[in-house]
Amino acid sequence: MKSQRFANTAMGVLAWVVALLIFFPILWLLLTAFKTEQQAFTVVPNFFFSPTLESFKTALAQGSGYWHYAWNSALTAVASTVIGLALAVPAAYAMAFYPNKRTDFLLVWMVSTKFIPAVGVLIPIYLVYSAVGLLDNALGLTLLFTAMNLPIIVWMVYSYFRDIPKDIVEAADIDGASIMQTLFKVVLPLALPGLASTGLLALILAWNESFWSITMTDHSAATLAVYIASFKSAEGLFWAKMSAASVLAIAPIIVLGWFTQRQMVRGLTFGAVK
Amino acid sequence: MKAISRTVSTATPSAEVTGARSFARTTRLLMAPAVIFLLIWMLVPLAMTIYYSFQQYNLIMPMYNGFAGLNNFAILLGDPTFWKSLANTLIIVAASLVITVCLGLALALLFNRTFVGRGVARTLAVAPFFVMPVVTGLIWKNMLFHPVYGLFAWVARQLGLEPVDWLAHYPMLSVIIMITWEWTPFALLVLLTGLQSLPEDQIEAARLDGANAWQEFRHIVVPHLGQVLYVVVMLESIFFLTSFAEIYTTTSGGPGTATTNLPYYIFQTVFQQNDIGIASAAAIGAVVLANIFAIMLIRFIAGNLNAGAAR
Repeated sequence: MKSQRFANTAMGVLAWVVALLIFFPILWLLLTAFKTEQQAFTVVPNFFFSPTLESFKTALAQGSGYWHYAWNSALTAVASTVIGLALAVPAAYAMAFYPNKRTDFLLVWMVSTKFIPAVGVLIPIYLVYSAVGLLDNALGLTLLFTAMNLPIIVWMVYSYFRDIPKDIVEAADIDGASIMQTLFKVVLPLALPGLASTGLLALILAWNESFWSITMTDHSAATLAVYIASFKSAEGLFWAKMSAASVLAIAPIIVLGWFTQRQMVRGLTFGAVK
Repeated sequence: MKAISRTVSTATPSAEVTGARSFARTTRLLMAPAVIFLLIWMLVPLAMTIYYSFQQYNLIMPMYNGFAGLNNFAILLGDPTFWKSLANTLIIVAASLVITVCLGLALALLFNRTFVGRGVARTLAVAPFFVMPVVTGLIWKNMLFHPVYGLFAWVARQLGLEPVDWLAHYPMLSVIIMITWEWTPFALLVLLTGLQSLPEDQIEAARLDGANAWQEFRHIVVPHLGQVLYVVVMLESIFFLTSFAEIYTTTSGGPGTATTNLPYYIFQTVFQQNDIGIASAAAIGAVVLANIFAIMLIRFIAGNLNAGAAR
């Protein structure tokens, strides 16, 4: 019994060591964000220092452009999530409650578009966007994020709708409610928590997206991902500032992510793991 | 279907027909926006990529543009950089897959035990998955891998070793380390969710029958996790095939072509050489490659769908 307890404690310690090792790069970024540029860029790392908000101030200062990029990130993430839900809810509703022969095929087809690699559609989208003026444009980027997330959103909303007992919907139908009345008065209120977590997941995925932002925007619609990527050639010049900007960009998502772990698994594995 | 017959069962036969018809129209209208949106943003561009792959099309040399037949594919197959990028893509997928799945499984088993502060430790361990890939690239490049100012260099010096210039001397390993750091938490998260849905009574029964830890793992945990592992492998393959931000922010595909993978090769062909035709041909290659995994995964999802419908 004693050796059993010892083994448990040892495993617990091991788990903690591993967790801290995995988390360490993020912690190091966080620490660097509270240093001055001189403290951040040293041959012997500074583990103990008096924290300063100086780097956050420079990162957020007027003229740093931070707010411009943050606004674009927020705008495109929120707008693409809202449009995605607006497109997905009616489709998922029809598929979940009024299925026909083609429903399964349509659903699987929608999911399968998620597996087309972005480079497979990059070139035509780039050419068409540049022809119609959607390049470096917030609307253009928003619609790309919508397309990128729509399969996952449809799938998740569908799976939450399927959790609602069919009898409730049938009862509403028998009582003479129209299809749309049933959707708004019966189904949506019941599925609200599911819709919220679906929206959160879409928001996270859009906020973290970098391929489309880097290829399709330059400045006026550029997101935080593009802004932070622009530090890639700053050889040690602005590490503290870069860290502060990065911390501000990832902190809200990490916090949201911690709350949505289960939905994340459910959404990204298309319901194969719940 | 059930809903329809119930609703119209009291109506006269003619009303039944028109009712069902308007019904079908309504549901079609409900689905149309999402379907049309995906058609325009995914399938039409995909068809255009196929079309461009048969065209001579260079943005800076428009006078030579025209039908090219299979010429782009011939050029592509004769380009050593393309083959190198294909090999790099497969190396990244294979190595990251093996490491993330093995580590993820080991960690999932570890974090499935009860210990003090398990929730907090688990939360810390999955955090990298939520970090923007661009930030991941910069953290590792500047603050860990850097041969003079990086933490790894400092650790090496403390141990009396020569600091390593990771991105210059082990570029592929460095890229794989970054991807692994981001995706092991995903494998951990999914496998842990799978483990937690493991039926308690089965384990109890096995223990009562005198199964040891290995037998328990081999005969109960592994079969149960089989499905979950399959999904993790397929999903990660598709994501690893399209790795971009980690390479873009750190090695830019180099040194030379050491870390140029297929997405990065296509990115360079479009934006640096402006060659739409050849880039499109390479993009078709990327789609075919992704399809190998996607078809298996989609079949699995579709199978699950029917299992769900039968419940």
